This record gives sequence, C-alpha cells and structure tokens, in this order.
Amino acid sequence: MRKGSFRLVAAAVAIALGVSACGSSSDDAAKTDTEFEIFTWWASGGEAAGLQGMIDVFTAQNPDTEFINAAIAGGAGVNAKAVLTSRLEADNPPDSFQAHAGMELDGYVKTGKLEDLTSLYESEGWDKVFPSDLIKTLTVDGKIYSVPVNIHRANVLWWNPGAAAKAGVTAAPKTLDEFMGALDKFKKSGIDGIALAGKGDWAIAHLLDWVLLATLGPDKFDGLFNGSTSWTGPEVAEALKNFQKILSYGNKGAANLDWPDAGRLVTQGKAGFFIMGDWASAQWQSDGLKLGTDYTWAPAPMKDGNVAVYQWLSDSFTLPVGAPHRNAAIAWLKVCGSKAGQDAFNPKKGSISARTDSDLSLYDDYLKAVAQQWKTDRLVGSTVHGVTGNNALMAAYNSAVGKYFSGGFKDNAGLAKDLQAAYDAGKA
Amino acid sequence: MKSAVASKPRPLRARIGGLPFLIPSILAMAFFVYGLILWTLNMSLTNKNSVGVKEIKYVGFKNYSDLLSDVTFTHAFTNLVKFTVVFILGALISGLIMALLLEKGIKGEGFFRSFYLYPMAISFIAMGTVFNWLLNSTTGEDAGGINLLLQKVGLGFLQNPWYASQSGAMYAIAIPAVWQVAGYVMALFLAGFRGISDDMRQAARVDGASEWQIYRLVLFPHLTPTFLTVVIILGHMSMKVFDLIVGINGKGFVTQTLAVYMWQATFDNFDYAKGTAIALVLLIMVAVLVLPYLRYVNKHEEFR
Repeated sequence: MRKGSFRLVAAAVAIALGVSACGSSSDDAAKTDTEFEIFTWWASGGEAAGLQGMIDVFTAQNPDTEFINAAIAGGAGVNAKAVLTSRLEADNPPDSFQAHAGMELDGYVKTGKLEDLTSLYESEGWDKVFPSDLIKTLTVDGKIYSVPVNIHRANVLWWNPGAAAKAGVTAAPKTLDEFMGALDKFKKSGIDGIALAGKGDWAIAHLLDWVLLATLGPDKFDGLFNGSTSWTGPEVAEALKNFQKILSYGNKGAANLDWPDAGRLVTQGKAGFFIMGDWASAQWQSDGLKLGTDYTWAPAPMKDGNVAVYQWLSDSFTLPVGAPHRNAAIAWLKVCGSKAGQDAFNPKKGSISARTDSDLSLYDDYLKAVAQQWKTDRLVGSTVHGVTGNNALMAAYNSAVGKYFSGGFKDNAGLAKDLQAAYDAGKA
Repeated sequence: MKSAVASKPRPLRARIGGLPFLIPSILAMAFFVYGLILWTLNMSLTNKNSVGVKEIKYVGFKNYSDLLSDVTFTHAFTNLVKFTVVFILGALISGLIMALLLEKGIKGEGFFRSFYLYPMAISFIAMGTVFNWLLNSTTGEDAGGINLLLQKVGLGFLQNPWYASQSGAMYAIAIPAVWQVAGYVMALFLAGFRGISDDMRQAARVDGASEWQIYRLVLFPHLTPTFLTVVIILGHMSMKVFDLIVGINGKGFVTQTLAVYMWQATFDNFDYAKGTAIALVLLIMVAVLVLPYLRYVNKHEEFR
C-alpha cells in the first residue's frame, strides 16, 4: 500500500513539474525569442529605475521580446538566490542572472553552468573599453563568464565637513598615520572618530578589507587571495593592529547599527569618518543631503600615501549553459555592456559605468570624479562583495570578523587564524 | 466478544473505515516530511560542499565529524543551549506566576487572559526589529531603549550592552522570546488548573490542608502533564529559533544558533552537505526531546 502510494506521489510530482516546465519554456525554434527571462534583485528605488532604463534600451532593439523578471514574478523575495541555485542545479536556468562579478561565480564556473563570453568581449570591443585590471580579474583560466554593468567603489572615506572643521581636520588624510591623527582630533572635539555598523558583521568586515588593503598595499593584498601573502604573517599582523586601533575610536552601540544608521552618525556630525562603499552617497542624496555641504569624500587613505588605488565591486550578468532563449540573452548582454545601456543604468543606480568611455555629463559630481579615477587608478577587488572571494570565503570571513568584534576586538592572533581558515574554506 | 466479530465478517466499509479520507494526508506526509528527511540525510552524506562540486560522492559521516571541529558550529550550539535554558525557565516561571494570579477567578479574568496572550500575535520578525531598538547596547549619556529606561527610573547600574556582549548575548535574546510566549504558557497552565475538579480542593480543605499544601500536594501533581506539554512546546520552539534572531541581529556571529547557521551554510554558502548535516542534528535534538513525551502520552492514553 505504502509503496504504491509513494509511486503515485512521485508520479503526481513529476507531472506537476513537467507541466510547469512546459509552461515556462516555450518552443524556441523561431529566431526571435518571444520571451526573455532574467533573475535580478533590483526591484526598488534607484536600482529599479536604472534597470528600467536598461530594459528600455533592450526593448527598443528587440521589440518582439517580452521581458520577464523571474525573481519578482516568482515572488520569492529573500529566497530568490536559493531558487536560482536550485534551477541551475536542475539544468533549468533562466536566460541570464545577476551576480557579483568575480569569485562569487566561482562555483558555477567550475561546474560548467556558465557559457564563456570571451568572444562577445572581442566582437563588442569590451576588451578594449573595460580597464585591463578589470579584465584580468574577470578572467578565469583565459575565459570570461560575465558582463559587468556597473562599478561601485568600496574604499571611500566619508566625513562631515562641519564636524571636521570643528575638530580641526582641515584636509583629507592620505596616509594611515594622518588618518589616525585625524581620529584623535575628532575624539578630542568630543565625537567618535569613526562610525561603525556591527549588525550582521559585514560592514565591519568591509572596514577590515580596506585596512588590509591600506596596510599591505595592492600587490600584497592581491597576494592574500592567490596564496603568495600569508594571512598569519607579520604584514597581516600589522594590519590587524591598525584595525584594532581604528575600532577603538568607534561609536558605542555599534553592534545594533546597520550601515545607514552608522552613516547617519556621520551626516549628523556625531562621528568623524565612515568607510563605506559609494552606495552611501546614493542613499544620502535620496535623503536630500548635499555632497560638499552635508557630507564629503576622499579616496580612503593608504599607508604609503599613494591613494590611487580603487577597490571595486560590480554587478554583472551571465549566460547560463542551456539558456532557453539564448539569442535574447546575448542581445541583453550586449545591452549590458554597451555604452547606451550602462549610461542608462548607472546614473540612476548611483554607480559608474565599467566602460572607460562613458558619457560623464550624465553623472553627478562624485561619480564624475570616481569615473576619472576608474580609468587611471590601480584596481583591486573587494573581498566582502564577492570579487576576490567566493561565497564560502565571504561567509567565513564575515564570521571571523564578527567573532573578533563581539569579543571586544582583543584576539588579533585568533582573528588571523580565522582569516586563514576562511581563505582555506574558499579553496576547498 | 472476539468470536462474535470473527464469526460474522465485517462489511468492507467498516474494515477500511476512514482510510480513503486519510490517504491524501498520508501521501503528503510520506513524501513531504519523511521522504524529504531521507533526502536530507542522503545529501548530508555526500561531498556536495559547494556549487563547484562536479562529481557527487558519498563521504560517510565526514560532514558530521567536521561539524565537531567547526568553531562556528560549536559556538552556535553553545548559544542554543544558553538560549534554551533561559528561555524555558523564564517562560515557565513567568507563565506559571501569571496563571497562579489568574487562577482564583479574579474580576476581568477574560480581559487579562487575552491581554497577556496578545504578544503571541506578533510575528517574531517584527518583534525582532523592535527589540533590536530596545536592546540598544549604548550606556551612559547616549543610552537608548531599555538602558535609557533603566536610567530614568534610577536603576542605571543595571544598564548593560545586551546582545552586543559575547557572554551575555543569548540571555539578552531570550528576553523578547520569554516576553512573547509567557502569556501562552499562562493560558496552558490556566487550562490545566481548570481541568482539576473543585472537589479536590474542597476535599483537601476539609482534611485541613493549608493553601500552600493544596497547591503543592494536590494541584501541582495534577499539572504534571500540562507542565510536560509546556516544556516540550517551549523546547522545540527554542531549538528552531531563527526569525527572532535574524530580526534582532541578522546573521551576526555573536547570536548565531543552529538554525541560523544552517541557513547560512545552505543558502549563503551553498554548502548543501554541511547545511543538511546541521539540519539533521537539529532534527535529532528535537526528536530526543519530543519522542519520550509522545511515548508517555501514548502510555497514559492506553490506561484510560
């Protein structure tokens, strides 16, 4: 009885799956795809507006193709990523999906879930208009698997000009020593030196990512992720000491704060500096604050004072193997990489174009300045945002920092060991 | 009796009884509960530790033994134990006290019952967000939330960093959980008290028992099944605690528990093998708690 009924259920489930599979993938014998299904999390605010701009470019070029956002249509919300993974596992991929450019795609690349896009880079000339550092980071064993649509800068130093004037901080610190000196000045003027956001650990890990870069310099920092720099060596030990010192200037109650709360401490003049990606600027502008008067910025300091180092992260789109509407997907990727597409998306999203030839007149003052740096600076990937580390590394990295921070930031050796373990977890 | 049944075959309808009506739920349970438990077990024995694994192989209990040396897992486990102890004790004691206060049939009992029960109506995730604000870790002049309240009423020395301190985090997290379920525990105990016939009390009074003796020797022993039920309900709620913690502190290390870590391993890291292993550890823990209770209940029902 039981056995029979089990078969029945299995049959019922199989039928249900079959029906839904037929429903979602129409026959694509026709050259022009009538549908195009994509997974993206840009569902509100400037992100959605930017995406719509890109979709408009796409539909102008492909008027017969209907654009479907599966992450929203599926209503899966937080589970969207899990749904996406299970669909890829089951070889039932969407036509394209959004992911951080870099190592976050590592697992999919290893299992052959993504198509190599190198030829697209050549035919569209992207290998020339994207910076060569970027191409180098995106290339895995000679192949490129995603098209970056935007670039965010992670190592930005933010502060409030009013609070800085009061504390006697007259110029942006360029070296770590100047930075520490400025922290002291803020402290003496009666406010916290740096705004910290401990909720969920990642914003503190984001800070550590910059401290590592600033102390080690770009080459040694890259070395951390290719095995040529030791996580338990003296350089990292020095960085962790700096990290410890910087944390000691942090606001009280950081553990309860998410990054917008910590950012507000700075814009309200209750804390001195804030190290955060440039989505902070987009957030503040939507809050009605003005760049230059309510907040201002500089490239984050480096130990040797050479601040022409750009730590980046990027959202990108991919072409899964077996995409049911491959032609439409390729057309979409072409829009993603194109000047028109990127310039439609980025000014609204508050990020810059990955291309070096974007139309800067469309962007605000902050973005204009960083776009200039994007062309000339040394480019380094972000760890916390999926460029230099895969999912396993990121999770273990964040946990290690969370453990250190909640333990009152005392155990530097323990942190170094945990970071080493995080790196190993990424390798496994 | 027996022979009578044997001599006259029962009609088909009586023999299969309500079975046709049960089949859909049996099927659904067999597949969606027990089938998927087996699937989970199967997954936890493989090497599917990232999306990058090409060839799935069986590795025995490696994922389980790896958990033992996984610092985050042991941390999450200790956290869960701390949370469970404080949560169960706190909810039991506060619920029992409220039940004792209402049990005598005071005026407006109905009002107080729903009054105390209402916190149950709030979702854990909404409450987590609110308690994230209340359990503000700042003390002194910048204090907020409960710390500020303590200051204002002159109990400033009680201020503490709540869940931001590594040692006290889980005890702080247990506060909102206790706050939420205490009313429910009260309702269960109240039902237990109501189930005890008034004759018992009167008989005890006639025998000259003091009020305390009535509670200790007559009422509490009769509450044992209720007490067990409460412990089981609270225990399994506590083991699976997830939304409250994510609401308060996201997936932060300091407040990680097994369910949160399972989520992180499975859906953030795509380490399915590890995630399913944690899930099964959790399932076994809950089973260890619930199964003896089910046996106890079955036994007692046989006697009836």
